[in-house]
Amino acid sequence: MDIKQNYFEFYGLPEAYELDLGQLADRHLELQKQLHPDRFAHLSDQERRMSAQYTAYLNEGYATLRSPLLRAQYLLKLRGIDTHNESSAQIDPMFLMQQMELRERVEEAPQHTDPDGELAALDQEVAQAMAELQAEFRRMIGEPSQEALDAAASAVRKMQFLDKLSREIERLEDELY
Amino acid sequence: MALLQIAEPGQSPDPHKRKLAVGIDLGTTNSLVATVRSGESVTLPDEQGRHTLPSVVRYSAEAQPEVGYDAHASAVADPHNTIQSVKRLMGRGIADVRKLGEELPYRFERTEEGMPYLVTAAGAKSPVEVSADILRTLQYRAEQSLGGELSGAVITVPAYFDDAQRQATKDAATLAGLKVLRLLSEPTAAAVAYGLDEGAEGVIAVYDLGGGTFDISILRLSKGVFEVLATGGDSALGGDDLDLALANWLIAELGLGQNLSASEARYLTEQSRAIKERLTDEPSVEVELAVAGAQKTVTVTRETFGELIKHLVTHTIRACRRALKDAGIAVEDVKDVVMVGGSTRVPQVRAAVADFFGRAPHIDIDPDRVVALGAALQADVLAGNKPDSEMLLLDVIPLSLGLETMGGLVEKLVHRNTAIPVAKAQEFTTFQDGQTAMAIHVVQGERELVDDCRSLARFVLRGIPPMAAGAAKIRVTFQVDADGLLSVAAQELSTGVQSSIQVKPSYGLSDGEIERMLKDSYSHAQEDLALRNLREQQVEADRLLQSLEQAIAVDGDALLEAAERQSLEASMQTLRELREGGDYKAIEAGVKALAQASDEFAARRMDAGIQRALRGHSVDEIEEGR
Repeated sequence: MDIKQNYFEFYGLPEAYELDLGQLADRHLELQKQLHPDRFAHLSDQERRMSAQYTAYLNEGYATLRSPLLRAQYLLKLRGIDTHNESSAQIDPMFLMQQMELRERVEEAPQHTDPDGELAALDQEVAQAMAELQAEFRRMIGEPSQEALDAAASAVRKMQFLDKLSREIERLEDELY
Repeated sequence: MALLQIAEPGQSPDPHKRKLAVGIDLGTTNSLVATVRSGESVTLPDEQGRHTLPSVVRYSAEAQPEVGYDAHASAVADPHNTIQSVKRLMGRGIADVRKLGEELPYRFERTEEGMPYLVTAAGAKSPVEVSADILRTLQYRAEQSLGGELSGAVITVPAYFDDAQRQATKDAATLAGLKVLRLLSEPTAAAVAYGLDEGAEGVIAVYDLGGGTFDISILRLSKGVFEVLATGGDSALGGDDLDLALANWLIAELGLGQNLSASEARYLTEQSRAIKERLTDEPSVEVELAVAGAQKTVTVTRETFGELIKHLVTHTIRACRRALKDAGIAVEDVKDVVMVGGSTRVPQVRAAVADFFGRAPHIDIDPDRVVALGAALQADVLAGNKPDSEMLLLDVIPLSLGLETMGGLVEKLVHRNTAIPVAKAQEFTTFQDGQTAMAIHVVQGERELVDDCRSLARFVLRGIPPMAAGAAKIRVTFQVDADGLLSVAAQELSTGVQSSIQVKPSYGLSDGEIERMLKDSYSHAQEDLALRNLREQQVEADRLLQSLEQAIAVDGDALLEAAERQSLEASMQTLRELREGGDYKAIEAGVKALAQASDEFAARRMDAGIQRALRGHSVDEIEEGR
């Protein structure tokens, strides 16, 4: 089986970064009610199998569209840019410097006098930077020029760095408990 | 009042024939079976009017195994042949069992597959067989009570059960001859029992502390849909551990050493359980204990017990915190907290949960029965008895799934709390020039090192053409179905060499073993396995034919060309004829052929369903916009 529609089309939503999350969630439930294997539990194996494939695509689509980072990566992918699997890309050295400093602070957080507070502060800082990059991406992905598309890709690469950092913060928080 | 059953044309092929379906709570300590009767979910009692069935099986050389109360009564006198809490052994390897080992009185025999077998008077028994004996007893009870053969069952499992444990549970059902409509998470089943009663909307937390397992699930309820947002827990923490903590304290109080016999150890855990239960209503309990030559009157206060179990309770609260975080939900946003499992009767547990969530938890439905009651409600829907039901249960995978990569590290393909069903693919490559095979090791767990995760399966993809290191492209695909069961496929992309397995856990039963056990059980029951195979294939053929007939009646005109329809109907006629013959293999092949022939039609119907769902939506929005 091959589903040809992209996730936006599958959900009947405009292909844009701006997204009404409430509407997405509602449509997700409507589609689940149509497609979930439990709807086919008393029917044939074939229908159950097919519905499992559709639902897997639906779930993947929902996870992708719901997450600000995955949605941005996906929009780029639809335009032929795969920032997730690329091996090398130019990143602004200033940004890299800031990243290294932040990363050091994260690594030292468990030894901080108030590790909980320090991690919360770092989390806040990362969230702030992430929000700015999302705004940048939103502006750039709507522009038709190649320069704007490059700028959008560059924003996503930075978001990927920050995402890794926020996962690391989360891991350290887990360890504190 | 009698209600008329109104079926839309093509909705219910035979409205008079209500399918007999049950929900089964296969618990560590007790099991139950429930069904929906006149619109209400009820647990079914045995002939003596008892609803719970102790999950205890006693084996003897001559007779059939005893299951339930009678077996339980022999637990202290005949500890080696009386198997309790077998759920804790499901899907476990011998090493895991050793960890539990000191507290279990059984003798184990190791097998080649690494699956532990229990040595009993009736021979070596796998945990799967013991569970199957419990399921058979419940099935018999249900069929006696409902007056017919069951068409299927929803069996509940702890939300935190890994793939091996789920697979073992499903295997037990297969052995017992039960068709599994769905493996359902226990907290979700409980939420259904509560949600349908109260028509609840919003986010709820289900705290489920049973005899041997602990789950916490965060769910969002909306218009009949129960969506699990995150789940967490510990599949080896439950009431048994509370008993053990107390038993160890009693051993110290009595001045006993560690070398107790199996009977003595069981006597102490049984006493501990009784004390624990009494402490629910009494602030302090005095008991006279006589064991291993020691005799003493011991007083246990609620405070003492609270101290003994404090670390276990704290552990569960930590899991609650993490589940909320994974769900992206603040504790204030949780509208209701539901308590499930006998161990939530312990006052300290209730207090800790109320304190963490900042609200008194619901305990209105009997915590021992609520899971079975919810499972029965879903079984009724899945069997096709309620075509108009809006109810839908969406679940997640509790633990991340991944592959071993270089250096014993884990590459995660599916992260914990991902909605299921799910399919994920990732490409890997060779690391040596001329490499022609690749070992694939599937693991489950959150840790970064393979050794700290659960090994699920190993298989080898062979026939990779010799190439330079890094040139081959091997795509590994993980598919998890709605029951949370994994299958894995690997493919070399340049040549299309494929290898795939239904993941059979490293220490699960192989298909061959299941078949042999099934054969054995049938020769005992004097029923022919071939006859059973024939019946199964006939049922599958009927199911496919019926659903195609309905589909053509509803969508045939809109979605099929005349020629397509003719050819499809010809294939259907072929299967109808095969069905009347006695050859189950021919029917199986016919089912497969018809399924293939109707694939395109099924896909068109799915797409039409999507369009309907989206259209339905825009209509609502237009109306709201007015």
